[in-house]
Amino acid sequence: MKYLDEYRDERIARALAREIGEHAKQRWVLMEICGGQTHTIMRYGLDELLPSGIELVHGPGCPVCVTPLETIDKAIALALRPEVTLVSYGDMLRVPGSNSDLFRAKAQGADVRVVYSPVEAVKIARANPDRKVVFLAIGFETTAPANAMAAWQAKRESLKNFSLLVSHVLVPPAIRAMLASPENRVQGFIAPGHVCTVMGFQEYEQLVRDFAIPIVVGGFEPVDLLQAVLMLVKQLERGEARAENQYVRSVTHQGNLSAQQILKDVFEIADQKWRGIGGIPRSGLQLRPEFAAYDANKIFDLDLITADEPAECISAQVLQGIKKPTDCAAFAVRCTPENPLGAPMVSSEGACAAYYHYRRHTFAS
Amino acid sequence: MCLAIPGKILESAEQNGLRIGRVQFGGITRQISLDFVPEAQVGDYVMVHVGFAISRVDSDEAERTYRLLEEMGALEAELPPPEDASSSS
Repeated sequence: MKYLDEYRDERIARALAREIGEHAKQRWVLMEICGGQTHTIMRYGLDELLPSGIELVHGPGCPVCVTPLETIDKAIALALRPEVTLVSYGDMLRVPGSNSDLFRAKAQGADVRVVYSPVEAVKIARANPDRKVVFLAIGFETTAPANAMAAWQAKRESLKNFSLLVSHVLVPPAIRAMLASPENRVQGFIAPGHVCTVMGFQEYEQLVRDFAIPIVVGGFEPVDLLQAVLMLVKQLERGEARAENQYVRSVTHQGNLSAQQILKDVFEIADQKWRGIGGIPRSGLQLRPEFAAYDANKIFDLDLITADEPAECISAQVLQGIKKPTDCAAFAVRCTPENPLGAPMVSSEGACAAYYHYRRHTFAS
Repeated sequence: MCLAIPGKILESAEQNGLRIGRVQFGGITRQISLDFVPEAQVGDYVMVHVGFAISRVDSDEAERTYRLLEEMGALEAELPPPEDASSSS
């Protein structure tokens, strides 16, 4: 496929790895933010192609992984109500809640449906006026405009049986929180190309100014990621800190203004809890008061549901690049994709699942 | 979750005030919302995420970057393997 295959060209990947090796004189720790990028790195073995002095650590950009436990518990509780149809992206079904998951709720008879697009969730509500249709609206800035469009359409059509259980997270506040932490090891970031397709990269320029750290907006194919690493290494070796854009075929400086407009019309910035990490101020989105009639948290009595994370899972350190999945005693032993202790093992974009699928545990000491 | 894939717009039409396109991905064709890419025309490539086009692919920029990379790859093919390459893998 055009714009995919050419960015998977092995010759170009090897040439980039060689050039990275020629520029890298010192050791550098770099983080890719997005789980899709982590998946590409593991799938194509890019970490093994890089010179040993370049360490890639994996960021918190897997929305499935960071959706709070209590949101999963709320979704399960809603799904088990006889009048509710719970609509979700497929990735969420096997994410463990405190005692169950949506897949098991479905097996118990709950009406849980999987959609590819939020548009389909609205269609389900239109076609089933006797059902209360709740859409589990998760995601980063990439997905937020599409989810916002579902709320906007429902309001425009005055649908009475549609609501959203919202858990939206924002990337720049999470980077800021990581950089402010005394435990931070990251010296350069690959920013998420599709988040920046929507939002542009002005907020990342602010992070560069505040923390004097290079940030390169990167794509998702092997060649994209290696080129982004090369751009970071060149900056670091020269002692520079700038915001650069590798993913020029999709990302512009200002981003997608139409998508940003609907996002602002429907959502407002709010404090947000990240599974495994905890609360980060102003790092999430909630529905604006004008959309209160479509807010599942307000329509249903859900606020009493709270949940604590299991102690054995070290996802907090994994999601912030402090530890690798293979540093966890439970990894591939008590925690596997079939029986996950924490969310990074569930989604194929979670760092733990990516390590597991591509058999990194068999190489670890 | 944040994946977006490139597809080519085959046709576009208005439906209930929304702009919908028929977009081709390899051999597969899907109905995609074009509301966020008012500038995209039939024949353009768009990046698609959860049923919505989120950008029009800048074909000039893509071409320029790729040509540079291609030259680098062509050069690599002419060179002997790197000195630190491991022999077993």
